[in-house]
Amino acid sequence: MDKNFQRKDLLGIRNLSADEIKTLLQTADTFRDVSRREVKKVPALRGKTVINLFFENSTRTRTSFELAAKRLSADAVNISVSTSSVAKGETILDTAMNLDAMAPHIIIVRHGSAGVPHQLAKVSRASIVNAGDGSNEHPTQALLDAMTIKEHKGEILGLNVAILGDILHSRVARSNVHLLTKLGATVRVAGPNPLVPNDFCGLVNNGLTICPTIEDALENADVVMVLRIQKERMNDAFFPTMREYSIYYGLTKDRLKLAKSDAIVLHPGPMNRGIEIASDVADGSSSLILNQVEYGLAVRMAVLYLLSGGNENKEQ
Amino acid sequence: MGDEINLVEKSRIMNSASIKRALSRLASEIVESNQGAENLYLVGIRRRGVPLAEVLAKNITQLEGIAPLFGILDITLYRDDLSTVGANPVVNRTELNEDIEDKNIILVDDVLYTGRTIRAALDQLMDFGRPNRVQLAVLVDRGKEHRELPIQADYIGKTVPTKRSEIIKVMLKEFDDVEAVGIFERPTE
Repeated sequence: MDKNFQRKDLLGIRNLSADEIKTLLQTADTFRDVSRREVKKVPALRGKTVINLFFENSTRTRTSFELAAKRLSADAVNISVSTSSVAKGETILDTAMNLDAMAPHIIIVRHGSAGVPHQLAKVSRASIVNAGDGSNEHPTQALLDAMTIKEHKGEILGLNVAILGDILHSRVARSNVHLLTKLGATVRVAGPNPLVPNDFCGLVNNGLTICPTIEDALENADVVMVLRIQKERMNDAFFPTMREYSIYYGLTKDRLKLAKSDAIVLHPGPMNRGIEIASDVADGSSSLILNQVEYGLAVRMAVLYLLSGGNENKEQ
Repeated sequence: MGDEINLVEKSRIMNSASIKRALSRLASEIVESNQGAENLYLVGIRRRGVPLAEVLAKNITQLEGIAPLFGILDITLYRDDLSTVGANPVVNRTELNEDIEDKNIILVDDVLYTGRTIRAALDQLMDFGRPNRVQLAVLVDRGKEHRELPIQADYIGKTVPTKRSEIIKVMLKEFDDVEAVGIFERPTE
């Protein structure tokens, strides 16, 4: 029996071992069934409290975590920044400590700045789950992407994965690059020059290649991940116009032909149709975008389940 | 339950042949009580209930010429000790592919002890529908005095009075080297 996941918090993929990732994915696989049943609820986390603390907008991730908690019979509370005391000037740490005093078991945090969940993890007794911190990490997204890939490709080991778009600002890309290289995939990233760092997560030559054009990255790919152009983070002139971006970097049907004929297409959502991904690709037979959402729920159930298992006095 | 090491076997109470005989008797009893194999649904409780249920299903098929329905329950998410057992245990799949509505369910497990596993199995079963009735078949019953819930078995391979300090291990060829039932005890220091 492997009990390979015994952490207090889930802050990122970077520090996880391949075994821990596999345990998470394996557990998630069994939780998929729960959402396919007539009664979509099991009593595993009865009496536990889960708080969703979101300082950034989110529909998919917040709903997914909330449903995951509810389907495990935990009580879920949502706090969004517009209604919180942070709007009245309270610091994040004070907010977190006050929430912690109400003795929740798990706090799920999304924040626009990197490292916020890590800071909260130091002061709170509750387990902290990072639901996205700035451009740093988004671990459950990488896990659900991995689950989608595994489900459709069998194994992650040996696959060619292309990640396209705004690599620089993408926590999704960071978490995915860590996860996929740990499990033995070859990852190629490409996008507009100013949005692709020369080295990324220190992983170049360690399973990661930076490609000059997206055509290079797509060549022979098994999996194509398209990232969202994050208009909210585009303060500088990284590329001239959205129109130009879609012409040079958008994933179109023709470009997708460079990948393997059975390649799958992923997008973390929300999509900018016609910009980073053409509508006929997003709705096409290679697209698994809605499967990702289904697996996301299972992954988050697995995370909540594993974190709530007798994790007191455990060191991170 | 895990795989305990450092256990001393005190006595062996069943071997491969007696397990086989017990299972063929249980199959007959099940068929007799349910008047055939129609509407019968055998559900093995992970892990060791599953191969036992498979043998029972095979025996029943031979007796009646109809194969009963077959399913698997993993009760992990329904346990009442989740926050006390340390790290949460590994969850495996529950496989009830056929509707349990109005069926005669036979839950199958290796050992009946406190009754808590069966309570969890019943709770899970009810989330899947409303069976006509549910009965319980076990290879070994450790005796009523250990029961922590009002649960008893309808079909029993062997009743073995035991002490609380003792551990009954059902070893099956699917998981272990041998096929046997033994009474084990932790060595006293």
